[in-house]
Amino acid sequence: MITGNLKTSYRADEQVLNNRWKRGFVLAAIAGLAAIPLFGNNYIVLIACQMGIMLIAVTGVNVVIGYTGLMSLGHAAFVAIGAYATVIFHNAAGGVIPESLLTLVAIPFAVVVSALAGIIVGLPSLRVKGLYLAVATLSANFIVIFLIEEQLFAPWTGGMNGINTPTANLLGWELSTRRELFWLIAVLAVLALLAAQNLFRTRVGRAFIAIRDRDYSAEILGISLYRYKLMSFAISAAYCGLAGALFAYFYARILPEQFDLHLSLMLVAAIIVGGMGRTMGAVYGVIIIVMVPEVIKVVFGALAGGGAELAMIRAPIQEIAFGALIVGFLLFEPFGINQIIDRALRALNRWPFARG
Amino acid sequence: MLSVQDLSLSFGGIKALQGVSFTATPGEITAIIGPNGAGKTSLFNAISGFYRPDRGKVIFDGQDITSLRPDKRAALGIARTFQNIALFRGMSVLDNIKLGAHTRLNTGVFGALRYFGAAQSEELALRADLEARVIEFLEIDHIRKAPITALPYGLQKRVELGRALAMQPRLLMLDEPVAGMNREETEDMARFILDVQEEFGTTILLVEHDMHLVMDICAHVVVLNFGEQIASGPPEEVRRNDAVIEAYLGAAA
Repeated sequence: MITGNLKTSYRADEQVLNNRWKRGFVLAAIAGLAAIPLFGNNYIVLIACQMGIMLIAVTGVNVVIGYTGLMSLGHAAFVAIGAYATVIFHNAAGGVIPESLLTLVAIPFAVVVSALAGIIVGLPSLRVKGLYLAVATLSANFIVIFLIEEQLFAPWTGGMNGINTPTANLLGWELSTRRELFWLIAVLAVLALLAAQNLFRTRVGRAFIAIRDRDYSAEILGISLYRYKLMSFAISAAYCGLAGALFAYFYARILPEQFDLHLSLMLVAAIIVGGMGRTMGAVYGVIIIVMVPEVIKVVFGALAGGGAELAMIRAPIQEIAFGALIVGFLLFEPFGINQIIDRALRALNRWPFARG
Repeated sequence: MLSVQDLSLSFGGIKALQGVSFTATPGEITAIIGPNGAGKTSLFNAISGFYRPDRGKVIFDGQDITSLRPDKRAALGIARTFQNIALFRGMSVLDNIKLGAHTRLNTGVFGALRYFGAAQSEELALRADLEARVIEFLEIDHIRKAPITALPYGLQKRVELGRALAMQPRLLMLDEPVAGMNREETEDMARFILDVQEEFGTTILLVEHDMHLVMDICAHVVVLNFGEQIASGPPEEVRRNDAVIEAYLGAAA
């Protein structure tokens, strides 16, 4: 029996933040978020925005890989679809819908388009698993990039040269600076995380985990594999679509190559490092994945003072660092940083009566 | 209730089932026995929908379910456990049992993402119901938060029974519920099976090698050998059947 955890109702027992340490942790995190645009410098705001966007996408990837156990190496495609859908929607509906409402319609539009794409890309999951599914989703990534670059669609997508993106506008509040946009990103990221957590407190999320753990057993309990696998793909693609929409608002211009395999791998790496199948895993993973290149940049700056030759090998070193992180975590801490932090929180909660 | 009519199933040249027919009496316990490889689990898989028979029908409540997908059969009220425990190992006991109730719940994706409101009240009502009807009933309240991997074999079997019960099934299929258990665990399990029958009036179908258990608690016994049904009837009758004795002990020299 764990001390200090007496519950007197099922409601209290079903709470996510079921002890004061977890509650304190989340409150502090939210306070920290609010402090960023108020006190942070431009660099911190930039990094925080990137983390927020990545967090939404990684949460989506977590739904399909971490919770449903379906390997996907193509989720950058959904980020691309979300981003391009937003830009195309702005360009097409610009005259029809008033400027102040455009963003509020464009974001749901991007989410829905991505979710539909997710269902299509998820179709192979009904037949194949594991590596084969990874290859099938990987090819989806290449197909989407190919279609965006295709000359035929260039009038809408800008083709290989990319396309300029609009500025977000919430009921007349133009989010023209990154500091302003951070509020939108932060609110959506927190809501996205909360929604993902909620999902796994109900039958829908449990069904996903059941499919991951033992699919035939899930079927015998009345869970339609067909339906829930596609639902999982749709939800995760919707998350990535939302990330894509914010991506479009965040950068002044988007290019097809920003959404290639490299991004897909980064999303997967983030969830492996953070903790697969754990809501907070996405948070920790994103912090690491976004910070690693920054740290490498700083270290290289200190070592070389910005020499051109050393800068050349910085990119490959970054790839090696990602690879080492993935392998290291899979070997030594398969449930990621989340597991480490959980252990620490558990020890804190029991202190001083027991350790570990 | 459940009736199997002239069921035949083959894998290539191997005839797993040949013309098996029986009816499970409502509210009673029916056992399917036979030597290893007799086709008992194949029969279970055909009834729960994993195998599609070459010939014959599976009728449940007057409805032909022979070509229904497993998840649709679950929705009709057919629950089962597996010979080699098929629990969800990444989850707690409670979550496993909650999954059993999947078909009885209504929350959709959007309700689930929002949680607060309808989904929450459904979850809390489910929790209260499962606590009383399954967890207390099977005496597993002390392990409800434990991860499956931390449990001994006998308790895992009991949790799997709990997961099936959470479905409120009308037909409960147990594939070797006491395999690998010691005397005491076997007796506990026998008691729980009888309690289920008595309390909920569930029709039970079980595959079992433990003849003491079969003879003690079953009202009807179906004997398979090499995919063929060689006997069917009350336990006293079956144990005196020559074909059954031959299948188990070999022909007299």
